[in-house]
Amino acid sequence: MSEVYKSMSISNPHPPFEDGVQKAMAAIAGIGLLILILATIGVESISTPLNLALSIGLMSIGTIGFAYRAFRIKPAGIKNNGVWFSSAMSRGVIGWIAGIVITGFYIVLYWYEGLLGLGASGAANTGLVGFFDPLAMAIKGTPASQWFVYGTLYTVAILIFGVRFIWRYRHNRYQVIRTLSVMGFQLFFAYLIPEILESLNGEYATKWFDKDMKNMWPLDYDMFDAWHINNMSSTGILGWGFLIFSLLMIFVVSPFLTYKYGKRWYCSWVCGCGGLAETAGDSFRHLSDKSMNAWKIERWMIHSILVFVTIMTIAVVYGYLGDGSQYYITRTMFTMIVVAVLVIVGGAFYYFMNKRKDAKKDLQKIIMGIAAVIAVILLINFLTGSGNAFFIDNYTFKKWYGFLIGAAFSGVVGVGFYPLMGSRVWCRFGCPMAAILGIQQKLFSRFRITTNGSQCISCGNCSTYCEMGIDVRSYAQKGQNIVRASCVGCGVCAAVCPRGVLKLENGATDVFEKTIDIRNNHVQMDTI
Amino acid sequence: MNIVIIGNGISGISTARWLRKLSDHNITVISSESDHFYSRTALMYIYMGHMRYQDTKPYEDYFWEKNRIDLVNDHVEGVNYETKTLTLKKGNTLQYDKLVLALGSKSNKFGWPGQDLNKVTGLYNLQDLEKIEAYSDGLNRAVIVGGGLIGIELAEMFHSRHIPVTMFVREKSFWDAVLPQEESQMITRHILKNGIDLRLGTNLKEIVDDGKGNACAAIALESGDKVDCGYVGLTAGVSPNVDWLKESGLKINRGIIVNDKLETNQSDVYAIGDCAEQANPLPGRRGVEAIWYTGRMMGETCAYNICGHDISYNPGIWFNSAKFIDIEYQVYGEVLAKPKEHHKALYWEHEDGEKSVRILYDINDESIVGFNLMGIRFRHEVCEKWLREKTNVKEVIANLTLANFDPEFYKKHEEEIAKSFSNQCDLNFSTPKKSNLDRVLSFLKA
Repeated sequence: MSEVYKSMSISNPHPPFEDGVQKAMAAIAGIGLLILILATIGVESISTPLNLALSIGLMSIGTIGFAYRAFRIKPAGIKNNGVWFSSAMSRGVIGWIAGIVITGFYIVLYWYEGLLGLGASGAANTGLVGFFDPLAMAIKGTPASQWFVYGTLYTVAILIFGVRFIWRYRHNRYQVIRTLSVMGFQLFFAYLIPEILESLNGEYATKWFDKDMKNMWPLDYDMFDAWHINNMSSTGILGWGFLIFSLLMIFVVSPFLTYKYGKRWYCSWVCGCGGLAETAGDSFRHLSDKSMNAWKIERWMIHSILVFVTIMTIAVVYGYLGDGSQYYITRTMFTMIVVAVLVIVGGAFYYFMNKRKDAKKDLQKIIMGIAAVIAVILLINFLTGSGNAFFIDNYTFKKWYGFLIGAAFSGVVGVGFYPLMGSRVWCRFGCPMAAILGIQQKLFSRFRITTNGSQCISCGNCSTYCEMGIDVRSYAQKGQNIVRASCVGCGVCAAVCPRGVLKLENGATDVFEKTIDIRNNHVQMDTI
Repeated sequence: MNIVIIGNGISGISTARWLRKLSDHNITVISSESDHFYSRTALMYIYMGHMRYQDTKPYEDYFWEKNRIDLVNDHVEGVNYETKTLTLKKGNTLQYDKLVLALGSKSNKFGWPGQDLNKVTGLYNLQDLEKIEAYSDGLNRAVIVGGGLIGIELAEMFHSRHIPVTMFVREKSFWDAVLPQEESQMITRHILKNGIDLRLGTNLKEIVDDGKGNACAAIALESGDKVDCGYVGLTAGVSPNVDWLKESGLKINRGIIVNDKLETNQSDVYAIGDCAEQANPLPGRRGVEAIWYTGRMMGETCAYNICGHDISYNPGIWFNSAKFIDIEYQVYGEVLAKPKEHHKALYWEHEDGEKSVRILYDINDESIVGFNLMGIRFRHEVCEKWLREKTNVKEVIANLTLANFDPEFYKKHEEEIAKSFSNQCDLNFSTPKKSNLDRVLSFLKA
C-alpha cells in the first residue's frame, strides 16, 4: 500500500499540467531547437557534427522527459485532462503560432530550399542542409539535401512522439503495438533502408527511384512517370524488384490486407503520413470537424482527387508510350489494359453492390466515377491523338497536381494545419490512397467497430477524439456497428470510451450485413 | 395532435425522436436547462477539459428543425389537466393533447444544517456545473458528501484540476450497498491511491457558514472533525424532481406513479425516466430507476403508446456501467452486494488488483444469474443471451471468451479465471475455448 497518499495538503500526488521538471525539459528541448535555428540562419561556428548530435539529442531528451512527467509517472488510463483548456491544443494563441510556423517551414522546404542552405548547382551546402551533411555522409556517403533533412526530422518526430504516445496509452496494448509498428516502419522502411540502398546503388547513382516499399501509387503519384519507370527498369534486379513489388502492392497485397483488417493495416500501422499524425499529431486529434457538412465536403474532395490522380496517371503514361518501339506496350494496348482493369473493377463494385444493402448510393457514385474515367481515357485515345488530357500538356497538368495536391495539400496544409484542423486533414480530405482503401473498406472488408449492445451513454468522447472527424457517437448510441470509409482504425474511440462500448474487430461471416443491426431499438417492431 | 414533452434529457428526447419516427404529430419539447439536448453523463468531462459543452450534444443543432421537433426554452410553472394547459414562466400558455413528463431528478438533501448555503451544490444539471466552475477558482479544498456514482465523478473532476478533495462516505467501504465486498474494496483502494481523502463511515453533521452565506467547512458527525473547504458537493443520491407537482392532482409517491404503459392517473399524461415510479415494478426491479438506459427505454416505449401501440414497459435484463476514475465497471443480470441464498458467487481478481470478474449462478439448477466486471469489458449481447436462456454456468465458463470485449491484443484471462472458479466450488470447469468474432456471431445467431 505504499502508493497510498494520505496527505491533507496535496490531493493529487501527481504534478499538475506543468511542473518544474517539465519546464526544465521544455527548456532543454528549446536549446536543441535553438541550435538548429542558429545553424539554419547560417551561424558557421555552430555547424559541427557534435552540435548536430547535441541538437537532435536535446530535442529528443527534452520532449521525452516532458512526456515522462506528463504521462509515465501518473496512473495508467485516459489522460485528456485540460485538453480543451490548453492554448496549444484548442486553437489558442500558441496553437495559431504553431500552425503558422509549421506552415511556413513547409513553404520554405518545398519552394525556397535555398533558404535552408541547399547548395545551388553543385555548390557546397550551407545553413540547415549543410548542418546535416555529416549525418548524410555517414549514412549514405553523399551530402544532404533538404529532403534528407526533412526525412531525418520527420523520423525523429515520429520516434520521440511515439514514445510519448506509448506512455500515454500504456494501459492499451493495441495502442502500444500499433505505435511500435508506425515507429518501425518509419525508421526502417521510410528512412534507413532507402538511404542505405541508395548508398549501395553505386553504379546506378544517377538513376534514382523511390525505395520506400510502403509508398504506393496513388499516394506516390510519380510512380508511373517515364523517368521513374525508366530508372526502375534500368537498375537491375533491385529496380525490377521494386517495380514488380509496387504493382503487387497496389493490385494484390493492399486489397487483400484491407479485406482482412480494414484500411488500418496501412493508415494507422504503416503509413508515414499516418505515423506523424498518430504521434506528433496526437495532441490535435480532437480538432477535426465532426459536422455533417464537413463529411459532405470530405467525400467530394477525396474522391475527386482520386479520380483526378487516376486520369492524370493514365494520361501521363499514355503520353510517353509510343508505337511500341521504346516500350513493350503501345498506346492502344495500354488503353485496352486500362479499360479492361477499370471494367473489372467496376464489375466487382457492381457485384458487391448487389450484396450490400447499406451502401447502394455510395456504390452508384463509384460506378459513375469509374465510367467517367473510362470515358475520358477513350476520348484521349480516339479524339485528341496528341496524348494530352485536359487540353494542356500532361506534364504541365502533373506539375500542377504535384504543386497543389502533392506539396501544398499533403505537406503544407496536411501538417501545417495540425494545430488548427486536427492531425488528419490530408488523410481525410486529400489522400487518394486513403480514398481507394476506404472504398475497399466500405465494400468488402471484414473490419468494423462493434458497438456493445445498449451500453452507450452518448457522452461524445468517441466523436471528440476521432481524428478523422467521424461522428462515432451517432452510430454507437443507436447500437449500430461503425463501417466508415474514412476510419483509419486508430482505436482511440474505443480507448476513450468510458463504458467499454466500442471494439475494433474483424469477422468474415457478416461482411455484407455488418451494419444492419440496430441494437438500441428497445421495442421490436415484430412484437407489436 | 399536439404532444408536449417537459424535459429535454435522454428520456424526453427519446420520446420525441420515436414519436417523429412513428408519426406526424406536432412535437414540442420544453426545458429551462438548455436550448438543446446534451448528454448529462458527460458533465464531468466538460469540467475536466476532455470536451466542450457543444461536444456533448448528440445531435447537431439542425437536427431538430429538420425533424420538426419544436424546442422551447422555458420553465413550466403549472399544469391544468382539465383544460390541458401548461403555464410557462415567460408568460405564455401551451395546449397539449398528450403530455409527457420527463422531469428528471434533483440532488438529495437530508436536512443538513447549511445545506442551502452558497458554494454548496449537487451535480446534476448544467446550472450545477456552471456554479461548480465558478466556485473552483482559487478553491483550497472541496468536500463531497456521499459515495455513489456521482460522488466519485465529482471527486475525479476536482482531482483533475489538482484541487484537494475530502469525501464523506456513510458506508464502511465504497458503494458497498451496491457492489460486492471485493469490488467495493478495489474501488476504495483505487480512490486512496489517487490521493483522495476518503473518509469511510462518515456522515455529514453540518456545513459551516462563513458569516457571508458561503460554506467554509464541513463537520463530520461521528468524529466531529471539521474540514475547512471552499465548496461542498452533495451527492448522496438523487430523487424524482416532482415537488412542484405534488398538489396538482397527480398521484405521486417517491416519483410519479405510472402503470406499465407509463400512464399517470391523469388522462393523456405520461411520466418517464428518473421522475417516474412504476406502480408494479417487475420482479427484481425497483420502482424508481434513475439511470440513462432505463430513461431511454421508457422514452421509446412511451412514444409507441402515445401512437396507439399497446406496449408494456419492460426494461429486460438489468445492465449498467460506470467508470471509477480509471477503472471501468459493467454489470449484467442480478449481482447484489450480498448474493441471494440460492445464488453462488465466483470471484476472480487480477494480481494488479484493478481487474476482476464475478459470476453468479443459481445453485439449484446451475443456471447463470449475473456478471460483474471491473477493468474488463464483456459483450452485452452475449451475456444477455446467456442470462435470458438461463445457460448452465459450466457452459458459460467453457465459452467465456465469447463474452470478451477488450480491445485487440489485450491479455486474455479466461483460463486463469476458469481455474480460479474451479477452486471455489465443486463444479469442474473446463478450459475456455479460443474464440473469434465469427464464433461470437454464430453464437448470437443460433
